[in-house]
Amino acid sequence: MIEWGPVLELLRHGTAGAFMLVGAIFMLIGSSGVLRLPDFYTRIHAAGITDTLATVLLLAGMMIEAGFTQTSAKLALVGIFLFLTSPTATHAVANAAHKAGLKPRLGTVEPPHPRDVDINEKKG
Amino acid sequence: MGYIATLALMLAALWLTLSGYFHNQLLLSLGGLSVVITVALALRMRILDDEAAPYYRAPRLLAYSVWLMVEIIKANLIVAKTILRPNMVLTPRMVRIKTLPASGFGRALFANSITLTPGTVSVDLDDDEVIVHAILKEMTNKNDFAEMARRCAWAAGEKADGEEEVSA
Amino acid sequence: MIFVVTLMMTVAMAMMLARLLRGPELYDRVLAVNSFGTKTVLFLCLFSFLIDRPDGIDIAILYSLMNFIGTIAVLKFFRYRSLDIALAQMALRRAVSGDHE
Repeated sequence: MIEWGPVLELLRHGTAGAFMLVGAIFMLIGSSGVLRLPDFYTRIHAAGITDTLATVLLLAGMMIEAGFTQTSAKLALVGIFLFLTSPTATHAVANAAHKAGLKPRLGTVEPPHPRDVDINEKKG
Repeated sequence: MGYIATLALMLAALWLTLSGYFHNQLLLSLGGLSVVITVALALRMRILDDEAAPYYRAPRLLAYSVWLMVEIIKANLIVAKTILRPNMVLTPRMVRIKTLPASGFGRALFANSITLTPGTVSVDLDDDEVIVHAILKEMTNKNDFAEMARRCAWAAGEKADGEEEVSA
Repeated sequence: MIFVVTLMMTVAMAMMLARLLRGPELYDRVLAVNSFGTKTVLFLCLFSFLIDRPDGIDIAILYSLMNFIGTIAVLKFFRYRSLDIALAQMALRRAVSGDHE
């Protein structure tokens, strides 16, 4: 006879950990994008990754970890607030830059390969 | 009346979520009192309207947010792939989008949805157009935006032919 | 596992700080601060799990709201060079003068 309780508990913690880990990886991808991308308007998109998918995955992981408790409800509240405010804040920043006359780089942009970045910066 | 009930219910749920007291009578009555005061203030400020408590839109908005979530995940994967490539090739574009939902609520929903989807950001809003910055030219497909606008109009409770529904 | 994730969050926050210091435009910095705030909210949630005190999430909720207000306040200040002015008033004045920028 197998005891199912501990197995399910382990499964729950594993799922929660996996969600949080994937979320954190997306967080790092988005942050590296904010560092790497060439101009302001493209950086917004990288910040968008951290604001949407990474946030959802991290909060979902934490909610699975917390189980059906008050903590979970509060985490859901954090998620709702972030999802309501983040597009407005992003739009406000983009709109302010646009109104201030900051010109986006359009056409095809190819930022330098990571291994060339140091060389290019020394040249410039 | 529906607005008052919705606001009071939402406030009570918020209070219970944040405090977590279900059995202390004194604290519960104080919470009820604060809900009543907040509703009274909202009535006095005359801000309790269609936009403050859109309860009859909730089912459609929920259905829409499920669809939006799927779109957000798809767009996230595309942008993440683009950023991770060592030889990044970006094709940033600024486009004007003319097909918008008719109602103000629908438009706000549309612009917010565009911004929430990574890869596209609504930069400027006007009466008849939205200026959108996209990181890849594949993301400026007219039909995709038209699809999103149609769904936003549906979620905002507009009629399918674009005419705004008269709400009492 | 939560410890590792919290550590990764710290690295992401450090990257945001690097963008904040490098600029070059004001708007890059505002974007970095806003994004840093979002990460701080999540960091607070994770940290309250780490030390096993769920009260920390209340602070995270507060911080998520204050972060939004702070971003809007900074943007408003750099657009009008003053916080002592109502945005609705500005919109009205622009409409009256027929100036759409």
